[in-house]
Amino acid sequence: MQKRFWNEYQKEIADDHYFYGRSCIRQSFTPGAEAAFLNILRQDLGKDVTDDANQHTCTGIGYHSDIVPFYTTATVMARLFSLMTAAGYKNYIPSCVTSFGLFAEVLETWKHQPETLEKTREYLYKATKREFEVPENIAHSSDVLYKFRNELKPKMKYQLVNRHTGEPLRVVEHVGCHYAKVFPSYGVGGAEFPYVLAGLIEAWGGEVVDYPERRHCCGFGFRNYLVQANRGYSVSNTHKKLESMAPYRPDFILTNCPGCNMFLDRWQYTISEMEHKTYDTEGKGIPVLSHEELAALLMGYDPWEIGLQIHQVQCETLLDKIGVEYDPQGKYKDAKGNSLPAPEKPSCLLV
Amino acid sequence: MGALYDQINEDFRLEESLNACMNCGVCTAICPAAEFYKYDPRVICNIVQSQDDAEIEKLLKSDTIWYCGQCMSCKTRCPRGNAAGVVISVLRTWSQKLGYFVESEKGRQQLALKRAIGHNILERGYCVHPDIVSVEKHPEQGPVWEWYMEHIAEVSPRFGAKYHQRGAGAIREIAPENLKELHDIFEVTGGLEMYRTIEEKSEEYAKEHNLPFDDSYVEKIFTEDSGNHGL
Repeated sequence: MQKRFWNEYQKEIADDHYFYGRSCIRQSFTPGAEAAFLNILRQDLGKDVTDDANQHTCTGIGYHSDIVPFYTTATVMARLFSLMTAAGYKNYIPSCVTSFGLFAEVLETWKHQPETLEKTREYLYKATKREFEVPENIAHSSDVLYKFRNELKPKMKYQLVNRHTGEPLRVVEHVGCHYAKVFPSYGVGGAEFPYVLAGLIEAWGGEVVDYPERRHCCGFGFRNYLVQANRGYSVSNTHKKLESMAPYRPDFILTNCPGCNMFLDRWQYTISEMEHKTYDTEGKGIPVLSHEELAALLMGYDPWEIGLQIHQVQCETLLDKIGVEYDPQGKYKDAKGNSLPAPEKPSCLLV
Repeated sequence: MGALYDQINEDFRLEESLNACMNCGVCTAICPAAEFYKYDPRVICNIVQSQDDAEIEKLLKSDTIWYCGQCMSCKTRCPRGNAAGVVISVLRTWSQKLGYFVESEKGRQQLALKRAIGHNILERGYCVHPDIVSVEKHPEQGPVWEWYMEHIAEVSPRFGAKYHQRGAGAIREIAPENLKELHDIFEVTGGLEMYRTIEEKSEEYAKEHNLPFDDSYVEKIFTEDSGNHGL
């Protein structure tokens, strides 16, 4: 009998009672995605999830920029775990893929070198008088939506089907590098066959489109974006991915990492300004959605209330293909309903 | 085995990330940095594995170790389960501890990272926060970001955010007692010592080269590109 390798790539994902770890990048650039995720869990799935006001950065971007030492990062993470422990939770779900990968690195270090766990406990107690339990389960927020993808489907107002043609929408997915490249057993499908986003696309009616540079990095590169002199690296990598996916004419890009989401969006604008080139047939660019934004959109959430208007590549073409009902006048309103002037138009990318 | 190698080998991450490298070069083949920079993680692993102190010191003083983007694709592909990206992190840590980072253009950029990300962590409790992504320094963010930053206080509550406010929610203001605990963790674990080392060694370098150690120095290292790094 042929061995079924797929079983080796499954992971345990807790089914309720979550401590939510927010992402610095997602909060900054797409805060509506995090709000939508919490609403879907609480209101649509009836799950218990806490959003602790005392949480803070995990320091991951500082760690991978090499200004924050390992034990500092491990102890900051231990403080986050102490908040989780104090709140009575055992299941941690980070929003950020960099955080998720770094949690895996710290947990694996503690497991393989138990003295590092003891040292971290001593550091945390010395600095804060806090104690903590190691989480029983760590899953990325995309893992949680993957777990409930089939439960969500009958609740969805829309499917990933082009309403004009009846054909499945063509979707390219980009899984953040730190989701499973470092610790494959932490990801659904491992590093070789990451299925966490493909599973959502297939369950919700779309077609996953393969392309040669599907697993290439988005180009963030930490110090390679954060320092202006190095940004050529970042845009070059995104350029490589976009060039690779464009011939397959995707309807949109799906991401689970907040950094990848932002870079695949913003660098399309930059490339359009630099080279007068866009990667779709209409000159509008390829919309980029995160897993939370996609789930919320299909559930019937108002696209302007989940913040799709603050992506640079605009999403109306995609909304029209799916058949999402939206108020064009509601796009640029403030929280009190007052209309604001629209953003300036880019010189090349059509909006 | 040399004294410098012994020193960097004190970092347990080296043992975890480099074991019996056979120099096949698959790390270089998959590496995004190797496509754009004069960068070859295979060679770096070989030098570290050779335990040749003179060569390791050259590495710690070079631009080479600062090219890696930490995507960790090398870890996935290595047939021995090694992680060149983690070897790089160890080398960068020691380059800073020993003050060698100021010897290279890319290494000197660490001060800009410390002043931006490092300060933001301790002052705001975030690595990244909208307030540090200024339109002037980030033209690539585009006109929608400019619009969002102009109206963020009025618009972001629509997305459940608590910009400059207390309480649970996105980009909330983090309370002083939480920031104090973060600061104390940095003090106890060596995080602040690393920050101080980056400052002190950068200031020494600036003085030796008759450069003012002020905002103009940070701007210089943030933007300077000699053009000697690409393939």
